[in-house]
Amino acid sequence: MKLSFSKEDEKFREEVANWLHDNLVGEFEKLKFRGGPGDEHMFPEERKKWESKLAQGGWIGIAWPKKYGGRGCSIEQQVIFNEEYARAGAPGRVGHIGEGLTGPTLIAFGSEAQKKRYLPGIVSGNDLWCQGYSEPGAGSDLANVRTKAVFDEASGKWLITGQKVWTSLAHESDYIFVIARTDPGSKGHKGLGFFLLKMEQPGIEVRGIKQLTGTSEFNEVFFDNAECDAQDIVGQPGEGWAVAMGLLGFERGVSTLGQQMQFQNELNEVIVAAKDNGTNQDPMIRQRIADAHIGLKIMRYNSLRMLSGNGDDGSLQKEALIYKLFWATWHRDLGELAMDVLGPEAEIVSAAPYELTRMQALYLFVRSDTIYGGTNEIQRNIIAERGLGMPKELRPSV
Amino acid sequence: MEFSFTEEQLMIRDTAQSFLSEVSTSSAIRNAMESEWGFDINLWQRLCTQMGWQATHIPEEYGGFGLGYVELVIMLEQMGQYLFCSPFFSTVCLGANALLVAGSEAQKHNYLPQICDGSLTATLAYTGRLGSWDANAVDAIVSAKDNEYVLNGAYRYVPDGHTADVLIVAARNADTSGKSGISLFVIDAKAKGVTREYLPTMDQTKKQAHIVLDNVVVNEQALMGEYANAWPLLDKIINLATIATAAEQVGGSQQVLDMSVAYTKERVQFGRSIAGFQAVKHQAADMMLRTEVARSAVYYAACVAQEVFDSGLLAGELEEAASVAKSYCSDGYFKNAGDAIQLHGGVGFTWEYDVHLYFKRAKSSQVFLGNGAYHRECVAKILLD
Repeated sequence: MKLSFSKEDEKFREEVANWLHDNLVGEFEKLKFRGGPGDEHMFPEERKKWESKLAQGGWIGIAWPKKYGGRGCSIEQQVIFNEEYARAGAPGRVGHIGEGLTGPTLIAFGSEAQKKRYLPGIVSGNDLWCQGYSEPGAGSDLANVRTKAVFDEASGKWLITGQKVWTSLAHESDYIFVIARTDPGSKGHKGLGFFLLKMEQPGIEVRGIKQLTGTSEFNEVFFDNAECDAQDIVGQPGEGWAVAMGLLGFERGVSTLGQQMQFQNELNEVIVAAKDNGTNQDPMIRQRIADAHIGLKIMRYNSLRMLSGNGDDGSLQKEALIYKLFWATWHRDLGELAMDVLGPEAEIVSAAPYELTRMQALYLFVRSDTIYGGTNEIQRNIIAERGLGMPKELRPSV
Repeated sequence: MEFSFTEEQLMIRDTAQSFLSEVSTSSAIRNAMESEWGFDINLWQRLCTQMGWQATHIPEEYGGFGLGYVELVIMLEQMGQYLFCSPFFSTVCLGANALLVAGSEAQKHNYLPQICDGSLTATLAYTGRLGSWDANAVDAIVSAKDNEYVLNGAYRYVPDGHTADVLIVAARNADTSGKSGISLFVIDAKAKGVTREYLPTMDQTKKQAHIVLDNVVVNEQALMGEYANAWPLLDKIINLATIATAAEQVGGSQQVLDMSVAYTKERVQFGRSIAGFQAVKHQAADMMLRTEVARSAVYYAACVAQEVFDSGLLAGELEEAASVAKSYCSDGYFKNAGDAIQLHGGVGFTWEYDVHLYFKRAKSSQVFLGNGAYHRECVAKILLD
């Protein structure tokens, strides 16, 4: 157990910091500290350009193997990159789903043809991806997917029909991956397939969901015989659940450290506000700010533990199981703290009709954190069942 | 960067676990806690001479094993888990740490080999009647005349103060306050003018004493560090001990979780194991979260503590790392222990079941060296003032 980085790693840190210093300028200056949760709808065009800039520097897919266009970085280097990226205030990544989810999934489960066809577009920063998992009837019970995939012998294509919901960035994306039922009449996690679809086609319609923030990062995506090429199913028909779950495993990667830097920026803003309005002398506020700081520090230590753990047998370690519940709850508390620090000023928006300040957007948006990606209640079930071996929830027989 | 245990560290953990599960049984704990002495002296000797745990992080030149603070923390976590009753914490985490941080070469060569061979126990006394844990806690008075120092004052809450062979005491010059004017001395517990009185406690597994110094006269050889300027050293010693306490708390948090899960799986009501009820599962899940998060905080703090001994880059983080760990571990352990009583239902309220021992330890360790609110305020000072 050792916390310091090697000389080579520190050199790498310098390289990353220098590159960001030299490139996060000019037209990209205004993107600093933007595009995070609650702010994801801002500057989409400029942030797409930023993706290309990152690609030119070779900073997309740094964790991927070199043969797929990645950099083959060690865990330490990935940690460093994410830390420096956030320290520089570089913007929320519009390409994170492709880089963090589609890419690793295709590298693990995809055919050679799929890798060849899709990975270069992700590494170059050209192709943006979104995720078609949740449905109106499949939220916490994700396996209750109703969207259908039917193979059409005549056209040689899969035809997808149904509805996905809570799809982030669907309106900006070029591709979507979708889990859909290939086996009519099947139930639960059996009989599903994992499909890769082009967004721009007659069979797909995207509608923004107006959220309680008044903005629309999330969307509904409607499929009406949307087409998917025969070679664009990942794994075999009926094996989609295994692929989908494998993908969720990639969500707990190094990117959590970048997310924490984003949190740090938010907390810094709360601290500045408290110093400005004198609430930094209020004993209760002092306790809560310190508690937030402590929670964020430990979140980082927990991530370092998660990343260093060997987990050879592929099973999730305990510190990984608790991670989502911990950060989501922490973030929700931070939003409440921000409002309490601001006092009556918390109510005043930036501009009519409903342009929120960053802290207001934070406060409202964090209510989604404890819901998406497995609600706090589902997380507790998972922890109790997988982490503690307690009995599984009773399910009515299907 | 490698934030996981090495093979050797895992072996140390497993050895500690198997030894403690054998010797620190419920009946052994109860025998120890019912005595004023507070531990089984034969067992302590066995630990010192056969296992040598007390010599873990003491450098080889003083007769120790020269391992690190991480190894020490691994053992403390197990001791907290098994509620091991011994003068380990006072001797190693207070006494040996104080000698390592503030002792002269002569003092280290004199005392540390005796700690390593098991012939000497030690403790630290600095908190006076005020009962706080910062520099203001020191209210014993030292006056220097010729080549001698005269100590007067009283200390409360001194861990194993009534049984330790050697006392490391803090005292300040008259008319000083806060961080200024503080000195450290190492004195024989049986020196003339030292009175020690056992303080019965609610948590009977950790013993405390009240110590009075009445015109205790010592010479230069007893002085640790610079006269009237020892606060930075004492501060470091306190932070190292704080991390050690947090490590014990993690072990306790784990134990009450394990006990609760085992009990709720066994306990049948309404025709099913109560562990299957979501209200029970979610409470247990929160307990696991608190335990794992606490563990991450302690392991990080242990690495920082090691950097203090190695003069590493992160040594400057000691105070913050200690407060982060102690605030989270204190409140987490207390919450877990309370939940454990709840999950055990009626039997959790009995003297017979061990849950209450942990509930009491959770409280005694929470209020020792500063509770959660105290350490959050320490962090707030760094952030907000």
